[in-house]
Order: sequence, then C-alpha cells, then structure tokens
Amino acid sequence: MNKLKTINKRSWLSSPYVIWIIGFTVIPMIMIFRYAFTNEDGSFTFSQITAILDPIHLKALIFSLEIAIGSTVICILLSYPLVMAMKRLNLGKQGFALFILILPMWMNFILRILAWQMILSNNGILNFLLQKVGLEPLAIANSGTAIMVGMIYDYLPYMVLPIFNAIAEIDEDIIEAAKDLGAGSITIFHKIIFPLSIPGLLSGIVMVFVPSMTSFVVSDILGGGKFQLVGNIIEQEFTKSMNWHLGSGLSVSLMIFVLISMAFTMKQEGEGKGSAIW
Amino acid sequence: MKKRVISVLLAAAVLGMGILMTGCSGSQEKKGTLTVFNYGEYMDPAVLDLFYEETGIEVKYEEALTPEEMYTKYKSGAIDYDLLCSTDYMIEKLIQEGEFQQIDITSLENKENIGNKYWEFSEAFDPGNKYTVPYFWGTLGILYDTTKVKEPIDSWDILFDGDYAGEIIMQNSMRDTYVVALKALGYSVNTNDENEIRQAHELLVKQKPDVQAYLVDEARDEVVAGNAAMAVVYSGEAYLGQEYNENLEFVVPEEGSSVWLDSWGVTKNCKNPDMAMQFLDFLCREDIAQMNFEYIYFSTPNEAVIDSLSEEERKDETLVPPDDATVNCEVCVQQNPEIVDLENEQWKKLKAE
Repeated sequence: MNKLKTINKRSWLSSPYVIWIIGFTVIPMIMIFRYAFTNEDGSFTFSQITAILDPIHLKALIFSLEIAIGSTVICILLSYPLVMAMKRLNLGKQGFALFILILPMWMNFILRILAWQMILSNNGILNFLLQKVGLEPLAIANSGTAIMVGMIYDYLPYMVLPIFNAIAEIDEDIIEAAKDLGAGSITIFHKIIFPLSIPGLLSGIVMVFVPSMTSFVVSDILGGGKFQLVGNIIEQEFTKSMNWHLGSGLSVSLMIFVLISMAFTMKQEGEGKGSAIW
Repeated sequence: MKKRVISVLLAAAVLGMGILMTGCSGSQEKKGTLTVFNYGEYMDPAVLDLFYEETGIEVKYEEALTPEEMYTKYKSGAIDYDLLCSTDYMIEKLIQEGEFQQIDITSLENKENIGNKYWEFSEAFDPGNKYTVPYFWGTLGILYDTTKVKEPIDSWDILFDGDYAGEIIMQNSMRDTYVVALKALGYSVNTNDENEIRQAHELLVKQKPDVQAYLVDEARDEVVAGNAAMAVVYSGEAYLGQEYNENLEFVVPEEGSSVWLDSWGVTKNCKNPDMAMQFLDFLCREDIAQMNFEYIYFSTPNEAVIDSLSEEERKDETLVPPDDATVNCEVCVQQNPEIVDLENEQWKKLKAE
C-alpha cells in the first residue's frame, strides 16, 4: 500500500512532462499524420506520401542528402584532430577548450547564420581580408558551399562533444600498454582510440546528419533562396502554397527517411556494443 | 531616417501628453469600444488617444504580422473584431467569404481626401467600393545603385538581358517574381492563361543563373551595402534604402508593375457600424493621415496630405509614385485555383533548378 502511494506520488510529478508531450508532440504528430493521409476533400490517400518521388521533391531530397552527408563527413574530419589535441591538455585547459567550443551556442543560431551571411557576402569580411593580403575575392555567397559552411559551423559541437566524451573515457593504461608493446601513434589511433570512440561517433553522426537533413533556415539565408532542401519545400507548402496536406505528407516521408538512417546507425551501435551518449 | 526618429519621438511626446491629459481631466466620458485589427507598427499610437479624446470611443488595438496570420486569427473567432486592415488579395478573400459588411463611403466627411485613383485601385478587389477604404499603398519596382548602373533603367528587361549577371536580387516571393516576369512579357499580372504563366516561368529559369539571390527583407539591404547592383523591391522599402545610401535610385518600369493597397473594412460582426465609420472617417482626416504617414512613410492615398508635403518630398517617387509610373500597374487579385497551383508548382521547379 505504501509502495503504491509513493509510485502514485512520483507519477504525479511527471504530469507536467506528460502534458507537455501530449500537447506539443503527440497531438501535433496526430494532426500531421491526419493531414498526410488525406486529400483536400478529406478522403484517404497515399498520394501525399508518394509525392516525395515527384522529380522536384526527389531532387530536393537528394540535394538535402548531399548537404547532410557532406556536413557530417567534414564535421568528423574536423572533430578527430580537435579531440586528440584536447585530450593532451590538462584538466583545466580541457574545460576551457570545451567552454570555448560551446560558447557560440549561447547565442541564437539564426543570429549566427546571419553573421555568416555578412562574412561571406561579396563585400563581406572574408573578401575584405582576402583582398588585404592580395588574393582574389571569392564568390561564396549564396552557394551550396555557403550553406555547408553554415551547417558545419552550427553542428560541429554536436560532433565534437560525444566523440570527446568517448575518447576521454579511454583508460590511459591501455594506451601505455600498447606503447610498451611497440605500437606507434598511428597504430594506437586506428587500433584503440578510433574503435573505442565509435559510440560517440555514431551519436555525433545522428546529431549532425538529422538536423542538417531537415534544416531550411540555413539554406534560405546562406543559399540566397536559390537552393531548395526538402525542409524549404515543406515550409513553402505550409506557409505560402497553403497546402498542408502535401506539406504533412512530405514531412512524414522525411521522418521515415530519418528513422531509417537512425535505425542503421543504431544497428551499428548494437554491433559495436557501445553505450549511446546522446 | 532622422525624420522618422523625430516623428517617433514626437509621437511618444504626444502620447505622453495624451495620457497625462486624460489622467488629469477625465473629461471625456467613455461612449463605447471598438476592436481594431491591423498590421504591427502600422498606426501612430497617438492617433488612438486623439480618437478617444475627441469621440469618447476607446479602441482596443490588435496586431498581426502577415495577411495569413491575420486571416487565421480572425477566423479563429477568439476575438470579435470590429474593423480590420489588410492587403488587397486578403481583403478580396474576406469579401468573398462574406466577412465584411457593406459601408456607405459617401457618408465619410473626409472621403474627398482620398484621391480618385485609389478608389479605382480598390475596385480591383472591391467592385463598386462597397466595403473598403484605402489606407496605404505602394508599387513594386527596381532599386539600383547609380555607381554601378550607368544608364537609367526604364524597363524590366535589364533584369533579363544578362548585362548585370550576378548583380541582381529578386524577391523570394512567388507572386512578386511572377509579376516581374509577366510584365516584362507584356502580360497582365492577374493572367489566367496557362501559356502565359509557362512563358513567364521559362523567362525566370533562363534568368536564374544571373540572379545573385532571392531575398525578402534583405533585398534592399544588399543594394544598400553594395553587394548587388539592383533589387526588385517595394517603393516603401526603396524610400528607406535611399535614406541609408544616397546613390540609390528607384524606378517603376514602363511596362508597368503591381500595386499593393492596404484597406480598412468593417467586419460583419461589428455591433456599432456608426462608430466604425467614425473611426474610418477619422483616419481619412488630413491631420490624422499626416500623423500616420510620418510614422510609417509608405505612400498615402490621402491627397490632402500629399498636397501639404514639401516640394522635395512630393517629387520623391518612392513616397509619391507619379501617375505616369502607375498607369500600367495593376492590383494583384486572386487567380483561378488551377493557375495558382501551376504557379506554385513552377515556382518550386524554378527554385530546384
């Protein structure tokens, strides 16, 4: 009886969370699914879901994939050297390095993207500096490259932190032992450090890949409205074309796509017997 | 810009005085309440206080940012609005849905202040001027940097002939971009001819490599900052752009363009149409229209205000687009649903190119 009471008490504590989830996740999801499987006249249809195969939508999906994969790969390539350098620092400096990494995230992300727009624009800071040192100005503004720069800048911490956590947990003795047995630093990295960092890497991949796949603000601001990610099309369907059915259908297709890629990384994770950090 | 700051300060001062006066005297007895729905920052707050002082009618003022937001809020029915100010195509929709009640504009004492031209613009979405009173208006044109563009611009063709590749900013809005292409081809902005829409689309696809970016709010800023030579913008935006950069010129091309018009209507639920009409009449009064003009700096349809402007301001085509600039201009109205669907589809295709 007593036990039951405590449980009831505890579950009462979770009610704000439950209300939040029902109000802001469950009900909106039900509405999206309702729109996604109906026509304007309310009859059931799969056509909103299969609309993703329309050439225009497919092209946007492929472009989103390219941008997302590109950003993820570059984030990985940037993260490992950074993490290895941070690992060598003493504890205090490590904390400071992490602090510096997270610091920009205290600022609103739209503002950071707008700052990039200023930096990359034709008469912007980057071209000003290039011309100062006698180089040709770059025409990066409003290009796919600019979109990728913005995404990498935004999502890099989400890659660095889990990889750093995984690598920081590696027992120094293992590395010492490997050194005693004559392993060089390259062997240590690819036989010990990299395999042990895989759980962190996988969460990093999910946390970078999914938002860059579904983003629309970055491509709008840095791409100058000339590039369309799936996110942009969905946004347009909701706000401009007023076709909520198609917008919901495309959202559901995108969700399915994201779930498939997540299932893939989860499976890898299971095989690696790692622990998820995210 | 300075002027705007001063007017805001003045407005604040007047507002402050208004509060003090009503606070001290309390002479004005409250006779009723009107709920007014308008865009944000789209009326001098002091106007509402003056209205209360003069008539004893209190105004509950509600704001929205976009016509779509306004429509959703209005339709939700949470608040009973008495008066609503929105843009041409949204007004058209609301009239068609029977949300406005007929008003008699001849009963407005200050009706004559609004020029005939604007009542004619209104006819596009309000035939017979039965429902609405014009508030502010403007046109779509090209804002360009005279240090980069040597020849004077008089045609939309300059956006399409490739001479300024990479220096052009277009509007990131479907309807506005189609207005440019349709007018360049010599068609109506309200065409319901599928073939004309397709031709416009071809033109825009051909133009896309030359376009630096499709922007909305930043379009003007990019020209001001010297990142682009020209941008398609609204006249009101152009006025502010010129305040920041004196090398900028604004032109409404000879082929014509679109005209937007924001107007007031009285909703069907309004219980006090007489009070509502009093408010509309008040807005048309010269001194009040003047206050609002100095607060917003869009083009006013109030000719009494235009006549009182300084010579310099009256000649500024961004503030007072001359008659010959607007002779080929049209107000955008709702097109056939099939045409709208086609435009949506083509627009997505254009962006995906």
